[in-house]
Amino acid sequence: MTTTATEPARPPGARPRAAITAKTLRTDRWWLPPLLTVVGLTAWVGYATFRVFMHDYYWVDDYQYLTPFYSPCITDRCVEGAAHFGTYLPGWQIVPEAAFSLPFLLLFRLTCYYYRKAYYRSFWLSPPACAVPDGHASYSGETRFPLVFQNAHRYAFYAAGIISVINTYDAILAMQSPSGFGFGLGNVVLWGNVIMLWAYTLSCHSCRHIIGGRLKTFSKHPVRYHLWGYVSWLNVRHMQLAWITLATLAVTDFYVMAVAAGWISDLRFVG
Amino acid sequence: MAEHHFRVWRGDDDGGKLADYTVEVNEGEVVLDVIHRLQATQTPDLAVRWNCKAGKCGSCSAEINGTPRLLCMTRMSTFDPNETVTVTPLRAFPVVRDLVTDVSFNYQKARELPAFAPPADLKPGEYRMQQVDVERSQEFRKCIECFLCQNTCHVIRDHEDNKQAFAGPRVMIRAAELDMHPLDAKTDRKEFAAEEQGMGYCNITKCCTEVCPEHIKITDNAIIPMKERAVDRRYDPLVWLGSKIFKRSDA
Repeated sequence: MTTTATEPARPPGARPRAAITAKTLRTDRWWLPPLLTVVGLTAWVGYATFRVFMHDYYWVDDYQYLTPFYSPCITDRCVEGAAHFGTYLPGWQIVPEAAFSLPFLLLFRLTCYYYRKAYYRSFWLSPPACAVPDGHASYSGETRFPLVFQNAHRYAFYAAGIISVINTYDAILAMQSPSGFGFGLGNVVLWGNVIMLWAYTLSCHSCRHIIGGRLKTFSKHPVRYHLWGYVSWLNVRHMQLAWITLATLAVTDFYVMAVAAGWISDLRFVG
Repeated sequence: MAEHHFRVWRGDDDGGKLADYTVEVNEGEVVLDVIHRLQATQTPDLAVRWNCKAGKCGSCSAEINGTPRLLCMTRMSTFDPNETVTVTPLRAFPVVRDLVTDVSFNYQKARELPAFAPPADLKPGEYRMQQVDVERSQEFRKCIECFLCQNTCHVIRDHEDNKQAFAGPRVMIRAAELDMHPLDAKTDRKEFAAEEQGMGYCNITKCCTEVCPEHIKITDNAIIPMKERAVDRRYDPLVWLGSKIFKRSDA
């Protein structure tokens, strides 16, 4: 623990606080959660960036598996079977195959109320933990550019809902084998990811507000009240779902890559 | 019976320091019991604010090993027998003496919030509402005004200059309580929360929720819903358009 005096600068007229010299007197491992967050998010962003710009091993032709990192596949580089919605963009190295969805998904997670807590604490140290000093001399929160745009979270939620529909469509199309209907371990992985993505998307705080939270009197809107109850149940688990979906996305992508590259063969249950 | 090492901040607005004490601790005691024993046996002039000893009055707020907590709700059995227990006053407010701080900032901010405003045609005794409509507001009525949330919020704890613009989580849950109340007729509480209470300063780091002894979900159930309600009014043209075209209210 440092022993630097930390009483914040006092405006004229403000009365003094207790002159405590230590920055924090916390004796627990308060630094561990932000450290784990930095390690976890950095590792995931590193893997996702590497995969998005790999431009390969994203499609398994036999079983129609498409990794979510490349969905919807809309560049000229996309193989024919993977481009379910047509190709509209040039196949340049700098352009991801999922150039339509990735920016919105990034925005959805960046403006998410849970991730805001996570990265404000761990990357921006504002504050790194409760009752541990903010790492900055001044603070204006989300009142100014660019952070005032965190208020656009609901638009990212709408986009994420559309993209979840596309991921669901991909999972349905993947129930294939060369002889017709098929089901394998890859389908379990794809469906597991889609279900978790829906759970994370629907547990969003903006969704909770839109579905019923904005109402003043629930008794006049019984259906929305019940839906709000379900979303609230999910919303309590928003943090867990945020991390679970990072894991399912990475696992799904890696599984599709491994099958597409021929490192493993898909375990087939039907077809 | 065992002896425990305590460090307690002693001083006033002219300065102070942590003083060391070795004090008797008995089974089942809380930190406030030990502070009272210190007063009774070693340092009768130690100042501490307390009242109910049951976690319901919110008087004995302090920081124990750097974490904002109620002295009366922190069991001594949670500490290792050899662990030093450090007790300091709330750091976000001006010190009066020893463990007592001046928390009048919170009352000032509470006074600035417009009071409950029932519809003009409703007389006292005519209030009728359904449980399903008031249960959200009732969660916030559990608040004991210990001001641990105010103390731990970094917006004012680490930036004294923000006290002018930022009301703090305790007052924000009061705003949410009223805005969600089925019989509150004021329609500009979102604007008040955004403009006068400085809701935009909150960056959702949830320390207020972590320290709340009543386990009120301050961030998830009050501040974020109020932020979303303010977004309806200030940042969402679709909602604005819908309200104009369909004459929709948020009822």
